[in-house]
Amino acid sequence: MFELLGIPPQALFGQVLLGLINGSFYAILSLGLAVIFGLLNIINFAHGAQYMMGAFVAWMCLNYLGINYWAALLLAPLIVGVFGVLIERFLIARLANLDHLYGLLLTFGLALIIQGLFRNSYGSSGLPYQIPDALRGGQNLGFMFLPNYRGWVVGASLVVCLVTWFMIEKTRLGAYLRAATENPTLTQAFGINVPLLVTLTYGFGVALAAFAGVLAAPIYSVNPNMGADLIIVVFAVVVIGGMGSILGSIVTGFGLGLIEGLTKVFYPEASATVIFIIMVLVLLVKPAGLFGRAA
Amino acid sequence: MKLKTILATTALAALMASPAFAQQIAVKLGVLNDRSGLYADLTGEGSVVAAKLAVEDFKAAEKGIKVEIVSADHQNKPDVGSNIARQWYDQDGVDVILDVPTSSVALAINQITKDKNKIMLNSGAAASDLTGKACTPNTIHWTYDTYALAQGTGGAMVKAGGDSWFFLTADYAFGHALERDTAAIVTKNGGKVLGAVRTPFPGTDFSSFLLQAQASKAKVIGLANAGGDTINSIKQAGEFGIVAGGQKLAGLLVFVTDVNALGLQTAQGLVLTESFYWDRDEGTRAWSQRFAKAHNGNMPSMVQAGVYSSVLHYLKAVEATKSKDTATVLAKMKELPTDDPLFGKGTVRVDGRKMHDMYLYEVKKPSESKGKWDYYKQIAVLPAEQAFRPLSESECPLVKK
Repeated sequence: MFELLGIPPQALFGQVLLGLINGSFYAILSLGLAVIFGLLNIINFAHGAQYMMGAFVAWMCLNYLGINYWAALLLAPLIVGVFGVLIERFLIARLANLDHLYGLLLTFGLALIIQGLFRNSYGSSGLPYQIPDALRGGQNLGFMFLPNYRGWVVGASLVVCLVTWFMIEKTRLGAYLRAATENPTLTQAFGINVPLLVTLTYGFGVALAAFAGVLAAPIYSVNPNMGADLIIVVFAVVVIGGMGSILGSIVTGFGLGLIEGLTKVFYPEASATVIFIIMVLVLLVKPAGLFGRAA
Repeated sequence: MKLKTILATTALAALMASPAFAQQIAVKLGVLNDRSGLYADLTGEGSVVAAKLAVEDFKAAEKGIKVEIVSADHQNKPDVGSNIARQWYDQDGVDVILDVPTSSVALAINQITKDKNKIMLNSGAAASDLTGKACTPNTIHWTYDTYALAQGTGGAMVKAGGDSWFFLTADYAFGHALERDTAAIVTKNGGKVLGAVRTPFPGTDFSSFLLQAQASKAKVIGLANAGGDTINSIKQAGEFGIVAGGQKLAGLLVFVTDVNALGLQTAQGLVLTESFYWDRDEGTRAWSQRFAKAHNGNMPSMVQAGVYSSVLHYLKAVEATKSKDTATVLAKMKELPTDDPLFGKGTVRVDGRKMHDMYLYEVKKPSESKGKWDYYKQIAVLPAEQAFRPLSESECPLVKK
C-alpha cells in the first residue's frame, strides 16, 4: 500500500469527506450572509445567533411540543425567519440610509443579547438532541465509516445551496432582487415593492442560518455558544469568497472545509487558524476576494 | 462645642466597650471562573452560589468575620484572568481568589498570587503542576488534579485490559498535563501509548481526530479534554461507530454537568473519576438539594462542591487565627484537618494538595436511572494516598526531601 505524505490513502479519503461535511455548514451559513450582504448591504453579525436559534427551536419543538426532526427542519427556519423579518422591519430598516457600521453594531449587539438570554435559560454545556431514527447507523465505505446523518447533511446543504443560487441568478424574482440592489429608486418606479423585497430577503437569509442550525443540532450539542464559535470562521469564508458573491460563498465554503479537514491530519494544532491564514493570503493578492467584483 | 465633646467621648467609650466590633475581620473573596464559555455550567455562577452557602453555613457574621464575595469572567483566557487578578489584588482589596478553572489561566494566577502574597484556593483547574513544579506557598489545590484522574480512570481502564492508548488532547496546559499523567500510568502498568493528536481549544468538530484515533487501532481512546470538548467528542464517537467497533472511550475528565448535557442514552457505560457526587450519602444529598434550589434546579459539580469546602476551611482558619494575614492563615489551613459533609475528613499537604478520597463511577443505563440527575453508580473508592501524587515523587520546591 502506498502512502501519501506519511498518511495512508484510506485515512486521507476519510478526512477529505469529513472536510466536505464541515464545508457544507460553512457553505450554507456563508450563503445566507452573502445573500443578506449582497442584496441589503448589511453585515449580519447576528447570523451565528440565528443559526443557534434554529438548533434551539428544533430542540424546543421536540421537547415541548413533540414535533419531530423532519417537521422541525421546515418549522424552525420558518419561525426564526419570521423573527428575522421582525428584526428587519423594526430595527434594521431604520438604519437603511446610514453607514454599514451601524448595521454591523446593531446585529452584533443583537447576537450578544440573544446568546445571553439562551445561556441564562439553558446553561452553557448544551442540550442533547438525538439523530432521527431513519438516519441512524452508517455505511462502511471501505476507507471510512460514514454516518448516514452526515451524508444527509452534505446532500441537504448542496440542494439548498443550488436552489438558492438558481433562484437569485435565474428567476424573475431574483432579477427583481438584483435590480433592487443596483438601483432601488428606479426599481420602485417600475412598481416593485422594494422595502418588502428587502425584508423578505433578510428573513430568507436568517431562515438559511436556522436551517443549518437544525442540521447541526444532532451532531453538536445544542449550545448557546455554537453560533459564536462558528461565526468568525464563516465571516472569513465570506471574505475569501468575495463579499456578497453567491457562488463564491458556496465554493469557498466547501473548499475551506476541505482544507481545514486536511490540516487536521497534517498539523492539527493549526486547524483552527488555517482559514485565517488563507484569508490573509487571498486579501493580499485579491482584495475583493476570489469571486468578488472590485468596487 | 460641649455637645461635640460629649458625642466624641461616648463614641470612643462605645468603641472600647465593644470587643466584637474591635475584632471584626473583613475578608473579600473573588470567584474567578468561566461564566459564559464551555466551562460555565460546571463552574460559573454555581461556584458563587457554593461560596455563599459556605459563608452562610459557617455563620461568619456571628463570629465577627465580614465576608464579601465578588465574581468575574476570565473567558478561559490567561491574559484576561491575569488582568482581573491584578486589579482585584491591587485595587479592590480581594484577599482570596477562588475556583479558577482552565489550567492555563490558573497557572498564570498562581504566579500573580505568589507575587502579591495573597491566597488562591483552586477548585476548577486540573493541571497537577499546581502542586508540582509550579507549586507556591500561596496556592491550595482543592478538588482534583490530572494525576488523580489518571490514577482513577486511567488505572481502571488498563486493569480492565485496555493496554494500548491513543489520546485526543486539548491543546493547552490542562490537556498536556492530563495526557502526560495518564500516559505515565499506562506505561507503568505495562501498556503502550500509540499516539496522540492535539486538538485546538475550544473545538466543536472532533470527527477528524476521532478517525485518526480509530485508525491507530488503539484499544482505548483517551479524551484528555473537558466540558464542551468532551461532550462533542463522545457524541461524535458514537456517531462514527467507534465504541460499537470495539474501541473503548476513556473520558478522563467528565463532570456530572457533562453527563447531563450528553443524556444517558449517549453517556451510558462511561467510566469516570470524581471527588464528589451529589447522591453519595445523606450529607452530600442534603447540601446538593439546597444548592439546586439556589441554582435553577441544577445539581453541583465537584468543582462547585470544592469551592464550598475550600471557603469553609479558609473561614475556619481565619476564625482560629483571628487574622487574615496570608502566611498565618495558610499555615493554619495546613495545620487544621479539614472536615465537611461533602468531602469528609482530609488534610492540606505542605505542597498545597488537599487530600481526600476519589471515586470511580460508571454512568448508568437509561433504564437504571430513577430520574433527573440520577446518573452514577459507584465502582470503587481510591484512598487519598493512592489517588494523589505521593510527596516522595513531588517536584515541588516546598517539599523537603
